Amino acid sequence: MKIYDTIIVGAGVTGCCVARELSRYEQSVLVLDRESDVCEGTSKANSAIIHAGFDAVPGSLKAKLNVEGNAMMDALSEQLDIPFRRNGALVVCWREEELPVLRELMERGECNGVPGMKLLTGDEAREMEPGLQGDVYAAVYAPTSGVVCPFEMTIAFAENACVNGAQFSLSTEVQGIEKGADGLLYVQTGRGEFAARCVVNCAGVYADKVHDMACEHDFSITARKGEYMLLDRNAGQTVQRTIFQIPSAMGKGVLVTQTVHGNLLVGPTATDIEDKEDLATTRPKLEEVKRVATLSVKDIPFNQVITSFAGLRATGDTGDFIIRQDDKVRGFIDVAGIESPGLSSAPAIARYVARLVGEVLPLTEKADFNPIRKGIPKLNQMDMEQRRRLIEQRPDYGQIICRCETISEGEILDSIRRPLGATTLDGVKRRVRAGMGRCQAGFCSPRVIEILAREQSIAYGDVKKNG
Amino acid sequence: MAAAIEAKKNGIDDIVILERDVQLGGILNQCIHNGFGLHTFKEELTGPEYAGRFMAEVKRLEIPVETGCMVLSISPEREITVVSRAQGLRVIKADAIVLAMGCRERPRGALNIPGTRPQGIYTAGTAQKMVNCEGYMPGREVVILGSGDIGLIMARRMTLEGAHVKVVAELMPYSGGLKRNIVQCLDDYGIPLKLSHTVVDIRGKRRLEGVTIAQVDARGVPVPGTEEDYACDTLLLSCGLIPENELSLTAGVSINRATNGPFVDDALETDVPGVFACGNVLHVHDLVDFVSEEAGRAGRSAAAYIRRQGQKANAPKVIRVQPGDGVRYTVPSTIDLNNMDGEVHLRFRVRDVYKGRSIRVLAGGEAIVTKKRKIMVPSEMEDVVLKRDALKDCDLTVEIGGGV
Repeated sequence: MKIYDTIIVGAGVTGCCVARELSRYEQSVLVLDRESDVCEGTSKANSAIIHAGFDAVPGSLKAKLNVEGNAMMDALSEQLDIPFRRNGALVVCWREEELPVLRELMERGECNGVPGMKLLTGDEAREMEPGLQGDVYAAVYAPTSGVVCPFEMTIAFAENACVNGAQFSLSTEVQGIEKGADGLLYVQTGRGEFAARCVVNCAGVYADKVHDMACEHDFSITARKGEYMLLDRNAGQTVQRTIFQIPSAMGKGVLVTQTVHGNLLVGPTATDIEDKEDLATTRPKLEEVKRVATLSVKDIPFNQVITSFAGLRATGDTGDFIIRQDDKVRGFIDVAGIESPGLSSAPAIARYVARLVGEVLPLTEKADFNPIRKGIPKLNQMDMEQRRRLIEQRPDYGQIICRCETISEGEILDSIRRPLGATTLDGVKRRVRAGMGRCQAGFCSPRVIEILAREQSIAYGDVKKNG
Repeated sequence: MAAAIEAKKNGIDDIVILERDVQLGGILNQCIHNGFGLHTFKEELTGPEYAGRFMAEVKRLEIPVETGCMVLSISPEREITVVSRAQGLRVIKADAIVLAMGCRERPRGALNIPGTRPQGIYTAGTAQKMVNCEGYMPGREVVILGSGDIGLIMARRMTLEGAHVKVVAELMPYSGGLKRNIVQCLDDYGIPLKLSHTVVDIRGKRRLEGVTIAQVDARGVPVPGTEEDYACDTLLLSCGLIPENELSLTAGVSINRATNGPFVDDALETDVPGVFACGNVLHVHDLVDFVSEEAGRAGRSAAAYIRRQGQKANAPKVIRVQPGDGVRYTVPSTIDLNNMDGEVHLRFRVRDVYKGRSIRVLAGGEAIVTKKRKIMVPSEMEDVVLKRDALKDCDLTVEIGGGV
């Protein structure tokens, strides 16, 4: 049996960021995930915001890692070719009595080291963002807040980790973890047993279950469901920034934001649920999203909804991220309770985890670590001359398959042929956005199925939407 | 194709048909059922046969065709940016453009049906493409939401291919498809049609396992206590078609919110000079014969526009055509009295089911045309012919009047 230095359980954004961070070092790294692709859990269905970091309680890991992670994003977006834009955020309130809540956010922001925040009057906020409702009384403005593509972010980290030597075993569900007498951690999976000196638990909503396999129970993770509606790009200009409402005990509330791809995203709700697999949307909650979003932003064209979806936040019972080596089981590191601002914090979490791993194993930097990952060329973002040259070199970039998002056969082929390439319709969709547009794959799915079948030498009928 | 043929026959030689699919014919190629061409050819053809007649004519007239190419944008100056594998990226300048991009189906997401998002949910047209063109059955136990014509046709197709179609649910109190399709595709196969019903829940993680159907009240809101569960592995959606006008918008064409298609005059010209529209990109049709007739008119108009180098034969005298009581929209929405043909087809849809009522065209409050109709339904397009001689220099209103 091959002994790995580190096994990471879970290939969401946290697991993939940790994998990429550890791949800087002379280390053997294995990432396990029960799904057939990376980015299949919490990372695929969230608000896709890189938060500024004024929300978390000063001194918490959430506060520290969010602000650090946010600051890392410009360089990372450049190095890893991740779509990211600092569009800024506003947190609005409606009454003078709510002003103390905004002041508290200002103070937190200052303590946490969030740059450039401002308290605005309602009129100042409306001047900045004319789509705000007339009764918005005041707002906090945070210019460093941004929007990101959470799929491409996760996939970029995974691909770069892979290129730098990290191994991925997908469709591999962890069933048990034991500490051996030899000090190694033995991970039993549906695909056999793996051994490692260090196990990093990035298992999202199942992080408590994975923890309990190896260690004494000491925290629980509740799945907190959030329902969203995504609107057509034609509705994307409703707001430029991310519009939050003053936060409640259940989180940051319903936001309205332009996405990095120019759509409009509205949501989420927050409902604690028993079933960690329950991704169903519900009529009452989707109605709630509409009703509450309308409190902050006027004239949201809900007739242009192109899809609705639900995601699960991995909410821990400590109120903060749980990132530590277990007291008793040496080498077992939890990265748990990674709810919002988890996506924003992920790069900083990875650095933090690398230090924890360094306490278990010696970490020597690789001489040949390659921090650069080039994404799949995006035809729809190129000027005419760039497109022309690309199509001359690669004629399959001239064959448009997804008409709504203008995605070519070349892009789809690249998404399948890359390291950790797509194997399903959803895999292609998350990598190159084929099927992400207003017809929701009505026209392109038969074509994409055909390409997937051909590339993988499988039957048309064996191509799956997911898993 | 119909527009190109008419343009060619009217003296225009420098034409090209740009088609994104690998062959001409569009959605007709997947419509392997019969019922096409009764008006145009006085015989009953399948979709591919109907398209084939036009393909043969395009070939005979030696009209150039480029398939596998995608138009990315159209400028108001009629410069078309087109991309293809064979020829890369090009800009083509046209004297006149006929928009004939058709329509797309309303997807599940736009319907906001709650529940999970498993494999097994398709728009009826996507399933039709899979079954008829790819030889792939998307499932065996089928529920269909929406009674649009493609949904009805697919109820029969899936049944003929061995699937079990359990029910067709329709949100409205009337069908969204043609009467003949209800009879031939549902009644003949004993498939129940539940009017005023909708899907309120979808279950299944990876693969669809079942849906819940409930009755809706007059406002379309589900009535508690009426839920019925159906086990199924496939849900087909036939809940409306949306003209695909993204390109029209890049050209600056104004869109009518009632049709989601361009505003056009009697020559089918949009408000961008030299840009014409016809077929399902203009407004969603029931019968392909009317699409072809309309496209022919657009082709003739485009030819005339080019021949006159954008100039009208006579000084324009434009009247508006407005939808009145019971009428959702009209095509065209303006008529140029001084340049129109001897007659113009006025096409529209009604808002509700009307029995024993009449269509009235009013000019300055006075009815210039009254047509009695036994029944009018929103799913069947109405067509009234207006003679040039009957029109006066005042705006028209089309409304549903009383019995005559």
